[in-house]
Amino acid sequence: MSATTTRKTPNDSRNVQNPPPVARKRNSLAKGHLPRWAVPGIAAAALILGAAASTLGGFSVATLAIYTAIIFVIASTVITTLVEGPRHGKNTLATNLVYAAFLLALIPLASVLFTVLQKGMPGINTHFLFHSMNGITGAVDNASVENGAPVLGGAYHAVIGTLLITLWSTVISVPVGMLTAIYLVEYGKNGPLARAITFFVDVMTGIPSIVAGLFATALFAVLLGPTARMGIVAAVALSVLMIPTVVRSTEEMLKIVPNELREAAYALGVRKWRTIAKVVIPTAISGIASGVTLAIARVIGETAPILVTAGLANNINVNVFGNWMATLPTFIYYQILTPTSPTNVDPSIQRAWAAALLLIVMVMVLNLGARLVAGLFAPKKGR
Amino acid sequence: MTTNALRRNGSKGQAGDKVFSGAALGAGILILATLLAVAIFLFIQALPTFTADPTLITGGEGFASYIFPIVIGTVIAAAIALLIATPVGIAVALFISHYAPRRLAAGLGYVIDLLAAIPSVIYGAWGYLVLAPALVPTFQWLAANLGFIPIFAGPASQTGKTILTAGIVLAVMVLPIITSLSREIFLQTPKLHEEAALALGATRWEMITMSVLPFARPGIVSAVMLGLGRALGETMAVALVLSTGGLIPSLIKSGNQTIAAEIALNFPEAFGLRLAELIAAGLVLFVITLVVNLIARAIIARHKEFSGAN
Repeated sequence: MSATTTRKTPNDSRNVQNPPPVARKRNSLAKGHLPRWAVPGIAAAALILGAAASTLGGFSVATLAIYTAIIFVIASTVITTLVEGPRHGKNTLATNLVYAAFLLALIPLASVLFTVLQKGMPGINTHFLFHSMNGITGAVDNASVENGAPVLGGAYHAVIGTLLITLWSTVISVPVGMLTAIYLVEYGKNGPLARAITFFVDVMTGIPSIVAGLFATALFAVLLGPTARMGIVAAVALSVLMIPTVVRSTEEMLKIVPNELREAAYALGVRKWRTIAKVVIPTAISGIASGVTLAIARVIGETAPILVTAGLANNINVNVFGNWMATLPTFIYYQILTPTSPTNVDPSIQRAWAAALLLIVMVMVLNLGARLVAGLFAPKKGR
Repeated sequence: MTTNALRRNGSKGQAGDKVFSGAALGAGILILATLLAVAIFLFIQALPTFTADPTLITGGEGFASYIFPIVIGTVIAAAIALLIATPVGIAVALFISHYAPRRLAAGLGYVIDLLAAIPSVIYGAWGYLVLAPALVPTFQWLAANLGFIPIFAGPASQTGKTILTAGIVLAVMVLPIITSLSREIFLQTPKLHEEAALALGATRWEMITMSVLPFARPGIVSAVMLGLGRALGETMAVALVLSTGGLIPSLIKSGNQTIAAEIALNFPEAFGLRLAELIAAGLVLFVITLVVNLIARAIIARHKEFSGAN
């Protein structure tokens, strides 16, 4: 700020003492402005210089982008500083860095989505979708690589396991989560117990997923013996992760139900529980449904808790109360880390990417579905 | 004797009320009990580790010297993640709240939220098969030119599966947490403060440093702490990306290990004392993340009336 003031002062005083002819005068406030074409101009120059610099040491799109960005940020900062002053130079630098950070954050997202699509598409076919890994050994994979035959074995068992375990954890978490939220909003009234629950729900949000898995294992080990690994243990582990999400979203939704609706119901002599069941929840149901959907989307991709609770199976198992179960995330993990055929890893990698594509599609559909539900069935606002 | 009609009706449905409020209360208490049970059951199952002969523990020198290197490894990975994710995350939040065109802002926020929606195992697969090979030349350059600094001591890993790669993958996973919490707080800066700064002739960056950032500081700190909690507990990214080993200072050689990955990698084959050891490691992780999260929540609670991150 001080720099500008000192720069302008001589101008101003001269203007006051000896005003120049109006036609020749440049507005002192408009002085030192870069023309509008400056930014695209500097960008074009940076692109040319960047292209030149990147060809020096082996051309690639990545080095071109990096050199261009660096040259652009430095050049525009320096030029702005020279023309408009150091304050504006700093502003330009900050603006450029903020834009660069956003583009930087998009790179992994774009790269992940592109990789999954590119590598997952070849593996998606009806055989993959409707067959398990039962009987698929290293020898089978070796044979299909040698003969150039299509990759055998699929993720059917993992899809079934994912759906069943997620279903069971939803069945456990939704009633518990919703009732807790109802207690917090309708009954607790910010008492000591309600405050304790709110606090510990926040704490639960931060439990690492693998610790939730260990908890479920430890719980069932005490109840059923140390080797109890089955679907329901995984469902309990996922519920520990899911309940806080359900509580938070339901609580938010119940809080925005207008009190007038409750009071109107009470005035008609309706019991409190019927008011909640027939008036409050139906009003908030769209938000609750979208919150639950987002919670499902969060746990459906969890790997670590499944790893330590449901183990890994190669065959189809529809019984969550017995035997090991596979899910899509653990299927991906094991296909990458311990390929079916250690000498020919390609079939396993292909199955892993195909399963990743399947999983990402499930998560995205759930996410978009949640937004759609929230948008379509949003409670009518007072008019 | 006739009873009052209103009164007789009044008792109807009382049972329903009691059942319903009882169920709601029970669900709330169940949550408290669950959290308590997490601590108790982990402790029961981990107990053999603390009572066993120290020579039987992995490494042969007792639990403390077994857990110490992997706690440090966990902290290193989380620190790398935060060093990258904090400035980028805050800048992205600023971009969405103060730089992007108003119409695009909501959509861009959703794009960043998509980063959080991608399952961690897919990040792990991406880090293992795409990012790690792509980083090998960078690591070799670091080893050749900055090798005199201990953290870049060569020879660089040939596969790129190092703690630095794991830290970068963790940074991508932590970024959306920091961004979405900071963005919410940036948007709550009083409009009058911003307009006053602009009216006094401040540039946009001066307006942000003078009005937005001071207002949002506690929120940013708690957002970073919550991100730290996530980075400490994240399993799959590290389990898949890191080629594990003993504790070493170099970030570009294979080596180091984190608690969560140690559990995930060894649990399926573990039994007996080894199982107890891993559960004890989980207990340590639980306590560390609990402390980090409690600090974050305490900061949020102290500034509750100002912040939106609660």
